[in-house]
Amino acid sequence: MKAYIPNSAFLGNINHFLRNFDPASPGKLQITANEKWMAVHPVVLAMIAALGSTVETRQIECMRFVSKSKNYIIRMGLLDFLGLDPAEDTVREHDPAGRFIPLKRIRNSDEATQFITDMIPLLHLQDKPAQAQTLSYIASELLRNVIEHAQAEHGAIICAQYYKKSNSIGIGIADTGIGIKKAINQSYPALTDMEAIRLALQPGITGTTKREGGTPENAGAGLFFTKSIASVNKDFFIIYSGKGFYKLLRKPTGSRTVLFADPFQDKHSKDETYPYWKGTVVGVDIALDRTREFSKLLELIRETYGKEIRDRRRARYKKPRFTS
Amino acid sequence: MRRINIFEKAGSFAENKDIARDIRRAELFPALAQNQKIILNFDGVDATTQSFIHALISDAIRQYGDKALENITYHRCNDTIKQLVRIVVDYMQEGIGENSPKGGVAS
Repeated sequence: MKAYIPNSAFLGNINHFLRNFDPASPGKLQITANEKWMAVHPVVLAMIAALGSTVETRQIECMRFVSKSKNYIIRMGLLDFLGLDPAEDTVREHDPAGRFIPLKRIRNSDEATQFITDMIPLLHLQDKPAQAQTLSYIASELLRNVIEHAQAEHGAIICAQYYKKSNSIGIGIADTGIGIKKAINQSYPALTDMEAIRLALQPGITGTTKREGGTPENAGAGLFFTKSIASVNKDFFIIYSGKGFYKLLRKPTGSRTVLFADPFQDKHSKDETYPYWKGTVVGVDIALDRTREFSKLLELIRETYGKEIRDRRRARYKKPRFTS
Repeated sequence: MRRINIFEKAGSFAENKDIARDIRRAELFPALAQNQKIILNFDGVDATTQSFIHALISDAIRQYGDKALENITYHRCNDTIKQLVRIVVDYMQEGIGENSPKGGVAS
């Protein structure tokens, strides 16, 4: 496998990074990077760390980072995570409570709870309850999705970063589990990765059952909520699984807020010709000064969710047969 | 009357679905089986998730229907928690039965 860390890969322009990812030769990983500058979204690091988790350390070939931003890569814990030794001259002491969360592996429910508890002070959001609530909500839903549905031997790999310039937080989570199509196919006959992604983003659809209302433990709404939060706040949201890639595009500030149950009705881009990612990747941005009060956001979600369930129920009604 | 204190079990951000499942099995269902009134007390809980609320009450609504909606009261919920309870109560009723009694959310 090969991953190239470009000079810039955020959710708006991540497509190039994904296109260049090479999943061939899954027993080895080669990591290269732009020699002058690296500025990437946490989801990029989560993906590389997830890939690294699937191979033995001795099978990882990582170029020696020389760009000015190498400290960022080290600080975010990528080399530690991969079991690689950073060159001693590149490591400086950093405030451990800087506004970032280094790469972390989450394997079970208790680890998820601990991560979510720790993340708010690490991102200095104690005094911003609306933003903290939004971020905690997203992290909880995404982590529990992996724990419950991904069958990911190496767990969920997550990290996050605060960006001062845009006053936003980027969060990325990657796993190398069964992927969305296989998970959804346990209950729905999605033929392609993109069909499976479309279903997974709709409220009330879960791979665990076809029954309306889900199972006692699963409603099939975690990804719909996450996408809806990004949509209401006019932020980016991406999801990548198999060869399918879906991106919720950022809407202009001040535009009317409308939520859709069907992700294809949102302003988006999609493609299912990407290199095959065995598992699932999700990236979200949360602009702190655009974050709406959470209860108001939930009111919008409630309306959309209710309408979707009613529409699906009506679609199952038997129709009268008329003859002339 | 049975009072279940969510904060004591799940903390100020009630998101651990395993805990929700345990509350449902160990306390909620036995109380519903005995036709007891139940107070789900959210005092001290700042936030929760739809997944937690779903794991807590959806199967009670599915299995006990009106009895669950009439016997369970949600106490000291902030606006966010109220909204999440309403979302779950709504879609469980939309998806299951023809009757649509309202779940009580007390202040």
